[in-house]
Amino acid sequence: MSLSIEEGEIVSVVGANGAGKTTLLKAIAGLVRPTGGAVELRGERLDRLPTHRIVERGVVRVPEGRRIFPEMTVRENLELGATPPQARRKRPESLSRVWDLFPILRERARQLAGTLSGGEQQMLAIGRGLMSLPTLLMLDEPSLGLAPMVVKEIFQTIRRINADGVTILLVEQDVMHSLGMSHRGYVLENGSIVLAGGGPELLANQHIRTAYLGI
Amino acid sequence: MPSQYVIHLAVMILFFAYLGAAWNILGGYAGQFSFGHAAFFGLGAYTSTLLHIHYGVSPWIGMALGGLAGVLLGLGSGFLSFRYGLRGPYFALVMLAFAEMLRLLFETWMSRSYPLGLPIPLKGTSLLDFQFRDKGHYFYIILVMLIAVTWLCHRLARSRVGAYWMAIRDNEEAAQALGIDAFAYKLLAMAISAFLTALGGTFYAQYFLTLEVNELFGVQISVEILLSAIIGGAGTVFGPLVGAVALQLLSEVTRVYVRAFSGFDLMVYGGVLILVIIFLPQGLLEGMRRPYRAMARALST
Repeated sequence: MSLSIEEGEIVSVVGANGAGKTTLLKAIAGLVRPTGGAVELRGERLDRLPTHRIVERGVVRVPEGRRIFPEMTVRENLELGATPPQARRKRPESLSRVWDLFPILRERARQLAGTLSGGEQQMLAIGRGLMSLPTLLMLDEPSLGLAPMVVKEIFQTIRRINADGVTILLVEQDVMHSLGMSHRGYVLENGSIVLAGGGPELLANQHIRTAYLGI
Repeated sequence: MPSQYVIHLAVMILFFAYLGAAWNILGGYAGQFSFGHAAFFGLGAYTSTLLHIHYGVSPWIGMALGGLAGVLLGLGSGFLSFRYGLRGPYFALVMLAFAEMLRLLFETWMSRSYPLGLPIPLKGTSLLDFQFRDKGHYFYIILVMLIAVTWLCHRLARSRVGAYWMAIRDNEEAAQALGIDAFAYKLLAMAISAFLTALGGTFYAQYFLTLEVNELFGVQISVEILLSAIIGGAGTVFGPLVGAVALQLLSEVTRVYVRAFSGFDLMVYGGVLILVIIFLPQGLLEGMRRPYRAMARALST
């Protein structure tokens, strides 16, 4: 499998359950070690670095199923996101940026994160990722288990984050929405890429229409 | 003037509160449940005592050196378990295995020279030799140690390091996704916890003035150390103290008053423990807070 992401892009990787999307993100983030091949960021090998060093280089993953810390407040969750040294220095700025993107989180700043709704928890997870000052933000199934209205809102915010200069790698089962807003997309089946191309272009592809969209 | 018995009971309460607090740093805050803290405890006791007997090193200095030995053992065992991703029950069992290894090692070693246990030569009351005829002195020493460790826990719980530990405890994968070096912070918790536990070992040695391998490295002490923290409330600053008060008093009361037949007191003791774990899994401290919170809620509405 080979894939590349250019700076400033939104790239989607779509595919069914078990196609290897999450494993791909974990391999980039250094949580699983690839048995072969390489992960490079601007020419630097990432696949031998420990996870926290990869985060320091601006490659940040928002894990599937949100994985917020339920017993901590919203604000504490966000502050924990500012872990790399350079992110810690810019914590106040990052925090106001997250408040701007997600005004609801500001309202709930002192609430325990476990009491948030599913959509709010997803916003918190994304906000927490932003606190690490990513240049590449990897989102694993942000639409998982959310109402269509909320999904729409989340995807709009992802676009805004991208417009601010953050490159996005999006892994999704929601093929329609994710390809629709991506510059480029890859289709993953059984661990290999079967299709690649521009986002809207892929949406028009006959294989995708029958296999994923059922039209 | 309280009787020596009352002072002894108070010393034991503070002593187990201290050990529970030391365990709590690794087990409660960083969420790494060690079942073998006897390893650090025994190592601390034997380091200071052997240095004292053979080289005349003051037990105070021996205490610090024992603490360092504990750190080395903690880093070694922590490196091996965390490096290979051992979590939960697997980590607990590996720690148990380390303690058992040390127990057998010391048993073989000590049974040659000290088959009846390692006695510390009696000098009477001497601050330099960490020996006092009057138990009251020990009370103040362990009180200071407990206050120090409680203050440390209080500070750590509110620090960045504490937040990282709790993040690792609640969800290690998410913590790593934020760029927290989980391996390094778990080792740090291990080192601090091992250091403090080893200091407790020296205190025990100086208080009882005789060391018996099975008492210092045995499973019994590992369990007693973590019980005060768990029963009181793991991951809370005052949990170990609350747990130690409850456990030591319970143990005394059952021993003195429950005498239907031999061993019945231990059955009652075990039964009460089971009830606490079933009905107050968060610990006694949380159980005490619950009615208080309910009252506060009732008053505010």
